[in-house]
Amino acid sequence: MPLVLVSIILGPLGNVFLGKAMKGIGPVTSARILDLVPIASRVLASGYIWLGIACLLGFFIVHMLLLTWADYSYVQPATSLSYLSISVLSYLLLGEILSPLRWLGVTVICLGVFLVGRTSPSTTGAPSRA
Amino acid sequence: MREVVLFFLIVVAGTGGELCVSRAMKSIGEVHDFSPKSVLSFVLQSLRLPWMWLGIALMSLGFFSLLAILSFQEVSFVVPVSALSYAAGAFGAKAFLGERINGNRWIGIAVVCIGVTIVWWSRK
Repeated sequence: MPLVLVSIILGPLGNVFLGKAMKGIGPVTSARILDLVPIASRVLASGYIWLGIACLLGFFIVHMLLLTWADYSYVQPATSLSYLSISVLSYLLLGEILSPLRWLGVTVICLGVFLVGRTSPSTTGAPSRA
Repeated sequence: MREVVLFFLIVVAGTGGELCVSRAMKSIGEVHDFSPKSVLSFVLQSLRLPWMWLGIALMSLGFFSLLAILSFQEVSFVVPVSALSYAAGAFGAKAFLGERINGNRWIGIAVVCIGVTIVWWSRK
């Protein structure tokens, strides 16, 4: 259970750091390679980007560890809560103000992801061993 | 418009990449031995598959698109909308990997899409 909690916090935290890093770089509006090169070098020099990537890697490892002993149909619905935690973390760490409409949408997404995960993880006919 | 293109890349390239990696993994077969030596040989084996490289390229494109959209949109908007990947994943898995998606899963995906629509309305 603590590992599930870690994965629900770590993944969204990674995205929050990526968001913080990219807001510091400023809007990327051009898709021209020549314009993207200097932006890429600034992105790579940002500490928050690496912090975000580290969190996402940590999330990935925790997720894999969880799946070695827990059923996918338990892990996936549990991680649906990460959509709520990303909202709370963006409010607390980035000062984003979420409208009631956005909270409603996020709650509905959590419910949907929960329902998706409650179905069988193997559907190709092979007997499920999860 | 810029947002629509970037979300399209996040969802379609990201999910497409995962499907390619999944296809590569399935062709290697199930992994039962987790000793460092066999994990290493598994990784080397996967890197010889074109599907793996296509998957990595598409997932990278999805990740860079995520970074680009985060440069001007809120995290609390971008991450929930990218949950559309569940819908793309289901359609892709059905078409590309021949997986059967049962009724309950379609209901969950429909609920995710309703949630994404509501979050989209909250766009600033």
